[in-house]
Amino acid sequence: MSGPPEYRDVWVFIETEAGAIADASLEVLGKARDLAAGRGSRTGAVLLGEQVRALSATLCHHGADVVYLMDDPRLAEYRTEPFVAGAHQLVEKYRPEIVLFSATTTGRDLAPALAAKLHTGLTADCTGLSIEPETGLLVQTRPAFGGNIMAEIVCATRRPQMSTVRPKVMPKPLADPSRTGEIIEEQLRIDDAAIRTQVVGFEPEVETVNIADADIVVSGGRGLGAPENFKLVHELAEVLKGAVGASRAVVDAGWIGVHHQVGQTGRTVRPKVYFACGISGAIQHLAGMRTSDVIVAINRDPEAPIFDVATCGIVGDVCEILPLMTAEFRTRLERQLSRPG
Amino acid sequence: MEIIVAIKQVPDTLEAEIDPETHTLIRAGLPTAINSFDEIGLELALQLRERHGGQVTVLSMGPKSAVRALQTALAMGADRGILLNDRRLAGSDTWATALALAAAARKLAPFDLLVFGKQASDGDTAQVGPEVAQLCDVPQVTYVVNVRSVDLAERRIEVDRILERGRQRVRASLPALLTVTKGEVFPHFPTLAEVLEARKKDIAVWGLDELGLDRDAVGLPGSPTRVRHIFSPTRNANVELFEGAVTETVPKLVDRLLGGGAIL
Repeated sequence: MSGPPEYRDVWVFIETEAGAIADASLEVLGKARDLAAGRGSRTGAVLLGEQVRALSATLCHHGADVVYLMDDPRLAEYRTEPFVAGAHQLVEKYRPEIVLFSATTTGRDLAPALAAKLHTGLTADCTGLSIEPETGLLVQTRPAFGGNIMAEIVCATRRPQMSTVRPKVMPKPLADPSRTGEIIEEQLRIDDAAIRTQVVGFEPEVETVNIADADIVVSGGRGLGAPENFKLVHELAEVLKGAVGASRAVVDAGWIGVHHQVGQTGRTVRPKVYFACGISGAIQHLAGMRTSDVIVAINRDPEAPIFDVATCGIVGDVCEILPLMTAEFRTRLERQLSRPG
Repeated sequence: MEIIVAIKQVPDTLEAEIDPETHTLIRAGLPTAINSFDEIGLELALQLRERHGGQVTVLSMGPKSAVRALQTALAMGADRGILLNDRRLAGSDTWATALALAAAARKLAPFDLLVFGKQASDGDTAQVGPEVAQLCDVPQVTYVVNVRSVDLAERRIEVDRILERGRQRVRASLPALLTVTKGEVFPHFPTLAEVLEARKKDIAVWGLDELGLDRDAVGLPGSPTRVRHIFSPTRNANVELFEGAVTETVPKLVDRLLGGGAIL
């Protein structure tokens, strides 16, 4: 049996990046449409920012029936307090049954603060969401214990039901430029004195390819043997125009910076191809990359758990194999590029 | 500075069992450790105490055996420990846990800083810290990698956060709640002297009565979310292994990958 009937509709909190809607938000919007269809209700997009009204049309093209808009200079940059206040105002007035967020740093900062304010349940980092026909409840599936187990969770009586959704798991919906929707604008009501944080600076990470967005990730682990061998990983990544990743062990050992760490306590990536070079495949590492489309494992130990999740691989010395792979790819890709037509 | 550090004793393995009826973790009998992000929080708190003076209190909610985690924290240098222990707290989800921890924080008030680890290695939710901030009505700053400065006179703290695209500096008013992540602060190993010193320090145990909480507000009854079902993730069926001399296996693997179209 589901909760109070006056809660309806499936909402998505929309994140923006450099004046555009974040891909992760569009993925969640696509999912929200499916869920709304399952409940016979509407899809709402919550757009908080400064001068963001123009993005409403794109949200409707991607499936939003209603855009709940708040435009305020205090929402120009994400901070917990004004965003929680704004989202809370909208939820209290319009009573959505489900509210979804991306499991980004913003989503995972905002969602628990909002859930606590609403005294409702929140499920983190969901990889699956569905409506159970018998009960109408949102069934939330998520990894725990570093991905060693999957849990199915429900929030039976409190409303709204809330989830943060892991990026790059749900497909991005196609845009239909003929779709239109309603825009409902509200004014943010919060005293300036109630906003107790300020952003005072930002230093972008200087990286040739961002690991979270990359289609190809080449990752190195302890099997490389020594820090100077990590350059073999960089060389393959460069030829493939991919990003460089690393296991926790080599990050802790100082071979490469923490921004490259893939795993439960590092970044989660879902590239088209993930090369695990000299990485044994401990559960904590798998948690960060096991949903990659293709996983290539190179390890001298045939029993290494990485081979349980790999698509293909070679058992052997990673320091011997990597330079040969780099050379082979370089030759083949150059040949492909120089072909006429 | 009065700093409260929340720590969780977690299984020191990711292979624990699930109780088939309550769908909660069976923690009894497993090797345990302080959650790694919480250790970072504790180390950060100790560094702040070095610079600004004051007291570091460690707070944990768990079974009686969680006293071990508090003892380790005292050995690392915390001044006193509080264990929230009550049968009726068992099975709490993040809301119910936050409710209990916030009640303890209120009892320990006034404080300058509440420090949490980013997430626990068993639940992986990263929710309890922010929920406690909300319940205590203090500003939260998450993904903190280090504290840059504290101005106790102006009641201000400046911290650095690690976000997807880079490093952000945030100023917050005190009291505040931080959730910390790895990268710049590294927990130290207690010396023998610190371990012996820790035996003289106090660990208090508080239950629902001390916290002033109703049994229905916490535990399984007080949890808005419930785990209905646990299962193992699906594993890849068959890995295609290339065997033989590297001069043969490497070109075959490269063929396979280029043929698949994933690498254009």
